[in-house]
Formats: sequence, C-alpha cells, structure tokens
Amino acid sequence: MAFPVKSLKAQQSQFADSFFQLEVLQQPRQQGDYFPAFSSKLQESGLFPLKPTGTTILQINVGKMCNQTCRHCHVDAGPDRKEIMTRATMQQCLDVLARTPQITTVDLTGGAPEMNPDFRWFVAELSKLGKTIMVRCNLTIILANPKYHDLPEFFKAHQVQVVSSLPYFQASRTDAQRGEGVFEKSIKALQMLNAVGYGIEGSGLSLDLVYNPSGAFLPGSQTSLEAEFKRRLKSGYGITFNNLFCITNLPVSRYLDYLVSSGNYESYMQKIIDAFNPVAAAGVMCRNTISVGWDGYLYDCDFNQMLDLKVDARASQHISEFILEYLDSRYIMLSQHCFGCTAGAGSSCGGETVK
Amino acid sequence: MDNTYYNPADLAKFGNISELQPEMGRKFFDYYGEVFKEGALTEREKALIALAVSHAVQCPYCIDAYTTDCLQKGADENQMMEAVHVAAAIKGGAALVHGVQMMNKIKELSM
Repeated sequence: MAFPVKSLKAQQSQFADSFFQLEVLQQPRQQGDYFPAFSSKLQESGLFPLKPTGTTILQINVGKMCNQTCRHCHVDAGPDRKEIMTRATMQQCLDVLARTPQITTVDLTGGAPEMNPDFRWFVAELSKLGKTIMVRCNLTIILANPKYHDLPEFFKAHQVQVVSSLPYFQASRTDAQRGEGVFEKSIKALQMLNAVGYGIEGSGLSLDLVYNPSGAFLPGSQTSLEAEFKRRLKSGYGITFNNLFCITNLPVSRYLDYLVSSGNYESYMQKIIDAFNPVAAAGVMCRNTISVGWDGYLYDCDFNQMLDLKVDARASQHISEFILEYLDSRYIMLSQHCFGCTAGAGSSCGGETVK
Repeated sequence: MDNTYYNPADLAKFGNISELQPEMGRKFFDYYGEVFKEGALTEREKALIALAVSHAVQCPYCIDAYTTDCLQKGADENQMMEAVHVAAAIKGGAALVHGVQMMNKIKELSM
C-alpha cells in the first residue's frame, strides 16, 4: 500500500470527521448485533461512572503540525496541518500550572511539538516552575532541519525527559508505520541523544521509547519486548535507553481508517474487547491526566481530544477557566475506543498500567 | 458462506471443546497456559516453536494464532520464516531419511 503523504483532513476523508468516527465505532457488526458497550464493561467491574483519582499530569498538545504522516496517527498530524498552540494559550497553561501544585508533570505532545515556534520558550518557562517535563519527540525532527540539530542539548539544558516512538528495532516495520527512511533517521537521532547523555546509566537524563504495533495486533509483554529492544538496539547500533512503553493502538483517526480499509476492524475490536482487564480499567491514565488541545480546550485524554469529546465539566472546559476541583469531580467521557486502554496489561502514554 | 471444513470463526470457539468433557478440557487448557509461560525459554521463543510446529502439523487455526502471537511478542519476519524452514527441513528430512530404509531393501532384494 502506498504511503500517505497528506493528512486525512487534506484528503477530505470521512475519517477526518470525529462525528463519523464515533458513528463507525457505534455501528453494528456485519452479522447485525453490537459489540458490548465499554460503559457496560465498566459497570460490571464497578467502575462506572468513571471518575478521576486526582489529576497530577497535564498533557499539552501544542499542535498538529508534524514532519511525518504516520499511518497509525490518531492526531492525523502532518506537514499540512497548521493548527498550533499560540503563546497566549501557553501562558494560560503556565498560569494554571503555577497555581496548581497537585500537577507535578507536564507532558508535551503534538504533532511534532518542536515545530511550534514557541516550543523552546514554553519549555524554558515550564522548567522555571520546577515541574517534571516530558517531550514526546518523534526523533526524525532532530534531523529534519539544521535548526533542530541542537535539540538534544536543549532538552538536556532543561532536564527534559525524552519519550520517543520507535515501533520496531528494524527498518521494515518502522518504515511501514512511520514512513520511508524513518528508521535510519531515528537511529541517528537516538545516537545523538545518547551522545549528550540521554539513556546513559547514571546521567539522570531519561530516554524512553514507545512501542506500538505496526498492524492489527496487540502489543506483547512490555518486559519481554523491552529486553529484546535493548538487546537489538545495543548490538546493532550501540544505542541504550531507559524504558520501553508498550502502547496499544486505539481505533481513532488514521488507525481506524487503516482497520476499516484493511478489513481488520471487527477482528481488532473483538481482540481488544476480549482482552478487557478490570485491573487495567482501574488504572487508565484519564483518571490522573487532563489533556489540553492546541486551542486550549480540555479533554480526558489525547484520544478524546481527537474525537472532539471535551471534558464533562461545563464550568471548566477551557484552560482559561481551569478549576481543578470541578475537573477532579467530573465523569470521564467514554466510547468504544476506550477498550484499547483496558486491553491486557493496559495501555497509557506511559505504557502498561498493570504492574 | 462457503461450505468448508475450516471456518476461521471456529478458532475463537476452541474453548468450547470443554463443554462435552469439562474436566479434561480444563486440564488441557491449564496445561496449555502453563506451557506457554516464560520459563527456560522466552515467550517469544515458544511462540516461534509453536509457529514451526503449526506448519509441520498443517493446522490453519494454529498458523493464524501463532503468526499473530509471534508478531505480538516482537518476533521479526526473518525469524518467523526461518522457523517455518526448520519445520520444512525436519519434515523433508524425515521423508528423506527413510531413503536409507529403501536403500537397505534394495540391497536385500538385489543380486
């Protein structure tokens, strides 16, 4: 299959429409009956309605602009996406963080967050607040343009924790998901990060990798895959890293499009439903995270953000009206895509949730 | 639907074999689960062995299940195809080694 160069939005695909996606997720199976509802599974486990356990992480999506157009991307990010967070919205995030000590971690994502022209200013301001800062770096951005070559030093200067996607330790599956030549560039970027101390024992500079399957299957055991990634990346390229986070692909945006167009949709949904784990459900990340969109609106997670499912807290739906007490007593918005986070050992932006 | 002996949907019904003999079914699935746990061999190595055996016994359900399992456990395509070649080599070798028996018989019957 040819690799997409344009976002679904630029292709004017139906899957760019969040309403259409939610309709697909709710539709009956080919045989006429329905998949069990996610909310009914939570009910059986005594977890419905799902409520926060206390927000400690603010995940901020600073924009959909990206130098890649990965085939599984739930953001539908790419070079043709122009929606990015303004400095004024970033300032509103900083104001909230300054007066909210309960939130100890800021997780910056995108797109490629580094492409936002105010990214470095934002990171510098965040580091003054003394929060733990994570950046979801796609690796290839470091090599995309000379102006990004010093990102490893910049990250180090601000003690940023780098979290990077690498779906496989070989080119075949990495490039099939992320684009031709991505593996080779990712390896070079990892070597540059290692060179300044990232992922090196004793440096205090954390480099974590994210594995998500390149196809219609679930991730295996995080412990086992981490050991294999470490062995292969060390022996093949001299690369070291800290942790591997295994993330299940959720049926949203491009991955949903892929599942439907490849004929894998129903069998994949069945797999994640069959693998429903109440322990994983109790530990889902939306219970301790608030997600901020590029325009400042608030969501339960980055997936709900892409499905336009804003937080169910009418008095506090935008960063400009952020009130933690309201948000921490909200009901979390659910749909069928949520089965992805509760399958097997669970899935979150920090990998498995069942330890 | 085509009328065939093998239906992919039946793979998901494997557990139903316990309906007619619950005790033996339970013992089998407990044993099965125990076999595939990480032990002296990793889960990935066991999945690759299972994939090879699936080809040797030519079970389409097993090939379906263990191709997926190998992908999930991080095995790469080369490892998977090499596992299939191991199965092929043993099956081919098992046929060919009987050639010695044939040669013995030729010797016995020939002047």
